Amino acid sequence: MKPYGDTLDDGIVQLAFTLPVEYSEKAKKAAEMYVSKLNFEDISVVHTKKVADGFTYFVVYGKAIPDLDYSTVKVSEIKTKYMTFYEINEIIESKIGRKLSAVGATIGTDAHTVGIDAIMNMKGYHGDYGLERYPGFETYNMGAQVSVDDLLIKAQLVSADAILVSQTVTQKNAHIKNFSRFMQIVNNSKLRNNFIILAGGARVTNDLAIKLGYDAGFGPGTLPSHAASFIITKILEGKDENKTQS
Amino acid sequence: MAHIELPQWQIDKVKSLAKDIAEDIQTFIDKKSSVSVERTILRLYGVDGALEDGTPIPNKIVELLDNIENGVSRPFAAAMLKTRQNPQTTAEKIIKGEIEFGGLQGFHPDLIKNTEILLSRAAVKRLDMAKVLKEIKKGAWKLPPQPWRYIIVASGNIYEDRIQAKSAAQAGADMIAVIRSTAQSLLDYVPYGATTEGYGGTYATQENFKIMREALDEVSQKEGRYIRLVNYSSGLCMAEIAACAALEDLDVLLNDSMYGILFRDINMQRTFIDQYFSRLICARAGILINTGEDNYLTTSDAMEKAYTVTASDLINEATAKRAGLTDDLLGLGHAFEIDPKIENAFLYELAHAQLARELFPNAPLKYMPPTKYKSTDIFFSHCLDTMFNLASVTTKQGIHLTGLLTEAIHTPLMQDRYQSLSSVNYVFNIARNLGDEIEFKKGGIIETRAKEVLDEADKCLEEVKEIGLMESIARGRFADIKRPIEGGKGLDGVFEKGKNYSNPIMEALK
Repeated sequence: MKPYGDTLDDGIVQLAFTLPVEYSEKAKKAAEMYVSKLNFEDISVVHTKKVADGFTYFVVYGKAIPDLDYSTVKVSEIKTKYMTFYEINEIIESKIGRKLSAVGATIGTDAHTVGIDAIMNMKGYHGDYGLERYPGFETYNMGAQVSVDDLLIKAQLVSADAILVSQTVTQKNAHIKNFSRFMQIVNNSKLRNNFIILAGGARVTNDLAIKLGYDAGFGPGTLPSHAASFIITKILEGKDENKTQS
Repeated sequence: MAHIELPQWQIDKVKSLAKDIAEDIQTFIDKKSSVSVERTILRLYGVDGALEDGTPIPNKIVELLDNIENGVSRPFAAAMLKTRQNPQTTAEKIIKGEIEFGGLQGFHPDLIKNTEILLSRAAVKRLDMAKVLKEIKKGAWKLPPQPWRYIIVASGNIYEDRIQAKSAAQAGADMIAVIRSTAQSLLDYVPYGATTEGYGGTYATQENFKIMREALDEVSQKEGRYIRLVNYSSGLCMAEIAACAALEDLDVLLNDSMYGILFRDINMQRTFIDQYFSRLICARAGILINTGEDNYLTTSDAMEKAYTVTASDLINEATAKRAGLTDDLLGLGHAFEIDPKIENAFLYELAHAQLARELFPNAPLKYMPPTKYKSTDIFFSHCLDTMFNLASVTTKQGIHLTGLLTEAIHTPLMQDRYQSLSSVNYVFNIARNLGDEIEFKKGGIIETRAKEVLDEADKCLEEVKEIGLMESIARGRFADIKRPIEGGKGLDGVFEKGKNYSNPIMEALK
């Protein structure tokens, strides 16, 4: 398998990048050579533009050389069956029999609450109600710039079933450092088994989250009911045994 | 010309309601001061610098006061009479314990009063000079036509910011903000000196202001346009930042208590007190303020709660006027945040933008791009921004924050800014006079929507007036966020003014 432009296996990829050199014919040639080093062929530098003194921006098309055997691709997909708002409430009432508690926050210095609000606030996202709206959930949205300690303390105070950790905008991979720091503190406090812990955000994949020790990772396009489905499924799977009876 | 006929009686009514709300807050403000207001007085008197551990000298002096209720001005004037040296040397001597600090030290109260008046006159002169300088620059380099293209840089390193800012100016930006290091708003001091490390932004310090203003002066010279510098007078040091900004000839400050209360959990008493003094300083130094209503729509729905933006703009206008800010200095905020899946969303956006234009005809309104429905599909996000650009130029907004296609992914790359400004330049150029040519249909979707929002804002203001602004915020009327009157950060820095309280700068600026 190769990228698809307009013909099977043509391998066409579009690239856009800036080089720290002054705009010139030489700069354009450098862009072409650089893309060739990236292992593309039939390279065409379609757009070259000076974006500042000493910086030039390029849009480039090239044909990718390597191919990939799709059958060798393995990924940890979230196996939960997604349920609706009503199905979830029904299951909480009939099978769990108590209110679930969820704490969420954007940790570290990230000031964006867009992600956590979309999942937790009443309004929800794309017409899918947020966790706050679920009669079966007691929710605590701590907002942004919450320290990892505060988040964990809050989770203990309210005997949270689930902790939702969000990171939206990132600079130099800070989201990974922040997610890791939180998990490290949870592990150090020997509290890992007390909570279902979800990671969410624009750059989050389930793979990344699992690698960092989270129960699941939710990327762009996640609906609140997806997160809720995952939480109740996990609880029904028996994670609840570790919790003291409420 | 694009115009929506709104009932004049209703415009008069909402303006008068907002004025009453502002008066009510003012009665509260007049009785109190804060540690940060007192530190601002010291800064404007000419005290600067920091101790080895980083504590700014103005903070240390205010901490040394045993009794703050009568303010710092009188004891500091007394200390100056004692040292007979400049404010900086006097402050250093106080810290070293070389002179007593606290009382009137045996000087006659009239002599002290006189000293305070001399100090405050010198301070006000510096603010006046800041305004004069801005006028000279506007005359020499000319201001570009509105909407002004506003762009943000945020690298953490002021020297790196300088490069980014110059490149943005070359790509067409008219106003550049150096976004602050995240959570600086929660620091109860202004850091000192040039800084090269910050997270999610660069610290606002007086030295950083100076470095950036110099860089923009250079690029203004080269481009032949006056490129204005923006920073943030918000959080726990509103007035101090306003003072530092005035001293370094900054042009624009984000300055909005409501934003601090709701989104940074700053105590509302503290921030209303600080805001008033900061706005007096801005008014005198000719600094344009921006308000943060656009943020309401990041937590609330832009259709359901559009009226909260309008209501808050009206309140911000009234409190700003109370502090002497003129229409040309009011960058009242609003935003393009309606769900793009709604049919005719663009028409509603036009209605909201035109409503703001009608209510504040002479203010350079600050119009913010979509953020909430930005997709990680950068190409779609770029389309959203393009429609935002069209709404902005059509309804003649003042300050146009250029939307970025990579919003919600990372802090902008150089090429992201270039891409964004290309769309702005294109749309502004091809539709420059569209707003002069069109009329909105009577009874049509746009006019009906604008009237609906005005009706809702009217109702909201009636309620706010009834229960008071502070109580309204406590009940979650704005941005669906509740903040208690005694809650949040910074309340411990608020105090009731004593019988002999004195702030001669405030008296001079009122």
